Amino acid sequence: MDAALVSRLQFGLTIAFHYIFPPLTIGLGLFLVISDGLYLKTRDRFYKNMTQFWVRIFGLIFALGVSTGIVMEFEFGTNWATYSRFVGDVFGSALAAEGIFAFFLESGFLAILLFGWEKVKPGTHFLATVMVALGAHFSAIWIVVANSWMQTPAGYRIVEHGALMRAEVADFWQVVFNPSTLDRISHVYMGCWQAGAFLVLSVSAWYLLKKKHRQFAVTSMKIAIVIALFSSVMQLVTGDFSARGVAKTQPAKMASLEGHFPANEPAGMYLFGWVDTKNETTHGLEIPGLLSFMLYGDASKPVTGLDAIPKEDRPPVAIVFQSFHAMVAIGMLLILLAIISTVGWWRGFIFEKRWLLWVLVFSVLLPQLANQLGWFTAELGRQPWIVYGLLRTEDAVSKNVSVSQVEGSLVIFGIIYFLLGALFIYLLDSKIKHGPDDLEPLPEGHRA
Amino acid sequence: MNFTFDLNTIWFLLVGALFTGYAVLDGFDLGVGALHLFTKTDEERRIMFNAIGPVWDGNEVWLVTGGGALFAAFPEVYATVFSGFYAAIYLLLLGLIFRAVAIEFRSKHTSATWRQFWDISFSASSIFSALLIGVAMGNLAWGVPLDAEFQYHGGFLGLINPYTLLVGVTTVALFMMHGAIYVVLKTEGELHDKVRRWVNNTIIFFIICYGITTMTTLLYVPHMAQNIREHPALFILPLINMLAIANVPREMHHGRYFFAFLSSCVSVAALAALFGLGLYPALVLARPVAANSLDIYNSASSAGTLKIMMIIAAIGIPLVLAYTSSVYWIFRGKVKIDRSSY
Repeated sequence: MDAALVSRLQFGLTIAFHYIFPPLTIGLGLFLVISDGLYLKTRDRFYKNMTQFWVRIFGLIFALGVSTGIVMEFEFGTNWATYSRFVGDVFGSALAAEGIFAFFLESGFLAILLFGWEKVKPGTHFLATVMVALGAHFSAIWIVVANSWMQTPAGYRIVEHGALMRAEVADFWQVVFNPSTLDRISHVYMGCWQAGAFLVLSVSAWYLLKKKHRQFAVTSMKIAIVIALFSSVMQLVTGDFSARGVAKTQPAKMASLEGHFPANEPAGMYLFGWVDTKNETTHGLEIPGLLSFMLYGDASKPVTGLDAIPKEDRPPVAIVFQSFHAMVAIGMLLILLAIISTVGWWRGFIFEKRWLLWVLVFSVLLPQLANQLGWFTAELGRQPWIVYGLLRTEDAVSKNVSVSQVEGSLVIFGIIYFLLGALFIYLLDSKIKHGPDDLEPLPEGHRA
Repeated sequence: MNFTFDLNTIWFLLVGALFTGYAVLDGFDLGVGALHLFTKTDEERRIMFNAIGPVWDGNEVWLVTGGGALFAAFPEVYATVFSGFYAAIYLLLLGLIFRAVAIEFRSKHTSATWRQFWDISFSASSIFSALLIGVAMGNLAWGVPLDAEFQYHGGFLGLINPYTLLVGVTTVALFMMHGAIYVVLKTEGELHDKVRRWVNNTIIFFIICYGITTMTTLLYVPHMAQNIREHPALFILPLINMLAIANVPREMHHGRYFFAFLSSCVSVAALAALFGLGLYPALVLARPVAANSLDIYNSASSAGTLKIMMIIAAIGIPLVLAYTSSVYWIFRGKVKIDRSSY
């Protein structure tokens, strides 16, 4: 194996594992703002108790997110030194801004959220909750800005620096609001809200099935259903915006999403299918002209196909096609689940129907899967470029790091992350089994 | 070397300030970890964890942001050091991961074996992380083999020599002293009295290491003192450093633990400043070919980017200082174990 491939595997492993956690903290952050806000408004200690339970879950997820996130902050330098030299001027700023604006906010106020219940007033605690949620959301902005710049570079110029060429910031706001930033950040946010909402739904459904903590479960579930419905429906809208953007800015990725080969013909959309890369055709259940219609409002308009793109500039079509379709399928399923849950709340059956509750228990995995598949689509769809059109992935690795070194670190991370993942599941499970604290009766004359 | 307060120098100071903030703040966390196994009962160990409980991950953010700022301001240094020190960086990351996980996971289970395992992980990873940070600093001071393209050629073992190990051990000693004083500040009763006695030992351990490191640096790494030799006014910095260190046992003796801790903070910061002053204007010294060194000019981002980053720092840093200090204010005083504790 060459260094580029092993480094890609390692980056893929470390980022995929890391990305289990931030969406949950972002989504749960929103949930906590609502539930702590309800406590602030009503001063009913039921809401305090509910918030405390979810804060404990949040704390565990956050710890994993931080530990695995530090690795990401350094990995650009260790494994992608050539990339770092090329983009540092542009990309580094976004990472530094993320640290200054987001991480400090999140980690500082998290202390109050976790340990400050008896030390600060409910109003201050609520403020801390809002700040933690904001911090989580800010960090997503900056990292998506950085990644979007890699997808659709803008606001830069290529300058000679020493013996090498590098990209420098020409217009900061164009870097920040590059053509794909807004579409992608909204798509990412909705994915995160789904992850958080379905986690709450899953845990609450489990309590209902076990006939434990009923009031807690029902209230948590109602809040989560609102978030799940909004984010799942909006995910369709933001996804549509993203796809139109991709068609404009990254034709090779667009063509790969639907396995569209003919250089200049109208394109359909597949409900499912498979790409025959050898013969450059795609088979499956296709709705002809739908992609053309979705992108341009006209089923007969041509969409640039892979045949128009030199072979060495094409992404790995088959895997991009499959991950995109799996993501969309899961997205549709989530909309369906969110609608059923909403109707079930309105008609009162969602808290009783056992098979439905079991479905919700396992639904927590779906947004996780869709988030991962979405990033596979975005990142593999950008290949063979690391910075679209400017720098190839194979040219971006550290020159002085040997293949065996990277293999070594990859194996170590594989083992450590496997153990961490197992521990995480175990602890999450024991926290859930422990459940929210039971409310003790208050002494006479006291108000919580 | 003439000092000019240009953009590059300001960024040298800012990146330095972030890493110094990391050393001052996470330094005591790592020190608490290094001392952890000296405590015996579960109750004591829980207090050790909860002394740093609300602040350690905020402290670690200084390192993350320092890394980000280094990437933004001096991308060549970020790329050269992190790819060059590949194995060392990953070992440090593993150390920090293990520490974080140990803090988070230890309290989740009451089994003695479970807790013992995480206690050892916590302590070993803290010592190991501090040692690696010191070794890395020792290498930057000593100089590393860089070629004309600023690529490091030395492998992992090239980073280990008596001088770099000495700096590593000194860093561990410094953080142990710093952490011990912090624990004294945060505890009461029996544990307080016990750690109070440890402080004296950690001070002696640190001062021995400090003396040897200073001497070897002056003898064998004289370029680290060049700026001060050329500008005697700068001798104020080592002077502050020595007075701050000397003040630590004095304040401890009078029972003014908060001021002892402040003195310890000043010592850590002054040592970091001396390190920075020794390097300036270089960031990574190349040896044997000094011309291949990375300095604040040949490794920097464009002036435009440095200016934009200045604006970001000017908005962000006051905010960071404001809420970091409010968190420390809210969690001032002695550790009390309650239901939300580790």
